[in-house]
Amino acid sequence: MAATVPTVPAPALPQPRKVRRSPREIAERPATILAAVGAAMALIFLVTPLSGLPGWALCTYAGFVVADAFDVYRTDGPVVAKDRVATVLIATAGVCTVVPLILIVAYVVSKGLHGVTKSFFTETLEKVGPSDPATVGGAKHAIIGTVEQVGLATILATPLGLMTAVHLTQSRGRLARVTRVLVDAMSGIPSIVAGLFIYTMWVVRFHEGFSGLAAAMALAVLMLPTVARTAEEVIKLVPNGLRESSLALGAPEWKTTVRIILPAARSGLVTATVLGVSRIAGETAPLLMTAFGSDSVNTNPWHGAQSALPLFAFQRVRNAIPTQIARGWAGALVLIVLVLTLFTLARAVAARGRKAR
Amino acid sequence: MTEIPTADVRIDTAVLAVEPKPFTSGGGELRAHGVTAWFGKHCIVAGVDMEMPAGSVTSIIGPSGCGKSTFLRTLNRMHELVPSAAMAGEVRLDGVDIYAPGSRPSLMRLRIGMVFQKPNPFPTMSIGENVLSGLKLAGIPCRDKAGMTERCLTRAGLWSEVKDRLGAPAGALSGGQQQRLCIARSLAVSPRVLLMDEPCSALDPSSTMRIEETVREISAQVTVVIVTHNMQQAARVSDYTAFFLADKGEPGRIVEFGPTGELFNAPNDPRTEDYIHGRFG
Repeated sequence: MAATVPTVPAPALPQPRKVRRSPREIAERPATILAAVGAAMALIFLVTPLSGLPGWALCTYAGFVVADAFDVYRTDGPVVAKDRVATVLIATAGVCTVVPLILIVAYVVSKGLHGVTKSFFTETLEKVGPSDPATVGGAKHAIIGTVEQVGLATILATPLGLMTAVHLTQSRGRLARVTRVLVDAMSGIPSIVAGLFIYTMWVVRFHEGFSGLAAAMALAVLMLPTVARTAEEVIKLVPNGLRESSLALGAPEWKTTVRIILPAARSGLVTATVLGVSRIAGETAPLLMTAFGSDSVNTNPWHGAQSALPLFAFQRVRNAIPTQIARGWAGALVLIVLVLTLFTLARAVAARGRKAR
Repeated sequence: MTEIPTADVRIDTAVLAVEPKPFTSGGGELRAHGVTAWFGKHCIVAGVDMEMPAGSVTSIIGPSGCGKSTFLRTLNRMHELVPSAAMAGEVRLDGVDIYAPGSRPSLMRLRIGMVFQKPNPFPTMSIGENVLSGLKLAGIPCRDKAGMTERCLTRAGLWSEVKDRLGAPAGALSGGQQQRLCIARSLAVSPRVLLMDEPCSALDPSSTMRIEETVREISAQVTVVIVTHNMQQAARVSDYTAFFLADKGEPGRIVEFGPTGELFNAPNDPRTEDYIHGRFG
């Protein structure tokens, strides 16, 4: 809105000030670290029973925190020093979280990368003998199995999970509270139990035998609580004002949920689904008793044993032959890349959908 | 204070004058009789009798916690959305009890719309879609969508500001514009009564002025009930004013209700006089 037009030209903006450390401050930093290392040496060899590299690292870290805090305390006082200690500890926590993740991925890449060849995606293990090199044979059957099983499980669990979340957030009865407790309990089910459940209730009892569908059902049992609780949290974030204004317009409750609340939570619901998928994509235990595993392609998920990437990796790595172990690592790497791609894709789709509006 | 430009308002009014029959509904008469409301065992407001004549603007004033908003929410059955809420008494729209057994809350809310304290346009919809969202949500068919959008936005005093960007997301508007969009959205379903719960408390003075203009313009076709903390606003926009008050630990009650001029210039109750002169509350 053009309320008033300024008649006086705006004064020139000042230049941003450069905040620089004094040379003395810069010189003092390495001194602090040196003091820390010195103190650490003394601590290790004189006071503590620690030894070796871990002991040295721990003592250096403790020495550094103390020396650094003291250094800041000298110049800036206790408040800034406390702030510095908190900053250092929080930064440490962040590094401790990220480093193992990077190490795991890097280790899998280093072990599995040379096994990922073209044949890995186009061949199976059907005609592979123990003396064949790692470049022969592949995991086509396992990739097909994983895609089908995870896809089916997602189709089974996502609508159920979203509907559960809607029930948990939109209905205010006692049943919702009972449901929440049950869903929480369900998220604690060990994955092997989910597999056993489908094994006894489906594979054995109905004489259905091993199949991709049985695996998908076991995975869906594991996926459901993750999707439901994540979706519940996301739907809770939708402002209550939106719900009220929709109802005040004369909308029935179901239309308010479907047209207003779920679209407003859209990108979060996509995240909930993707979290559910990444929860199950790497599951191995339930597959042992449901998909069973196989060395050849079985594209029919309704009938017959199927392989899957985690199962493939598990069975290869247990083998004594180095080429088989290499195939196992390659399978693990492909699985990680698959889940990562899916995650990125889903986030991109959700973000674009929101922007297009 | 700088002068607030009024040119846009004048244009909107001019368009309105050309409109032969802007709306089918002509405002409904709303009567509250013995309205009492609870949250759990806590009684918020008790025994309110009020008559809001068709086509009038009624304001409700009173200190915080006196049950103004709760009373307002009983008038279109929004109160019962809170799990522990309960109410007693009658609310009649054109003689029909909106709490009668078998009456559908969503139908009653369609006839008695509401604008909230915080502007809350639907974030996933564009400006134009927001205006028509009520029709879509209530399942009312609309042939002339463009005309309807223009009429509603014009009546809410927003048309000239947004006519070139109806497809833009509603969240991109300023707070005052969002609130006028919410009014336009409420008007699209042709309500007989429009309830407004402190619609200007989150807005700057110039937006407040625009909303007040809007309230005065729409009151010819829609009965308006407005809760406000701003006594000047009540004096400016309303024909009737009700003063609510709650003693400590007691439910809120209506102290005085009458034509706005009388209530502000010659209140019958000393408590009303004390409140409007800022001696408490």
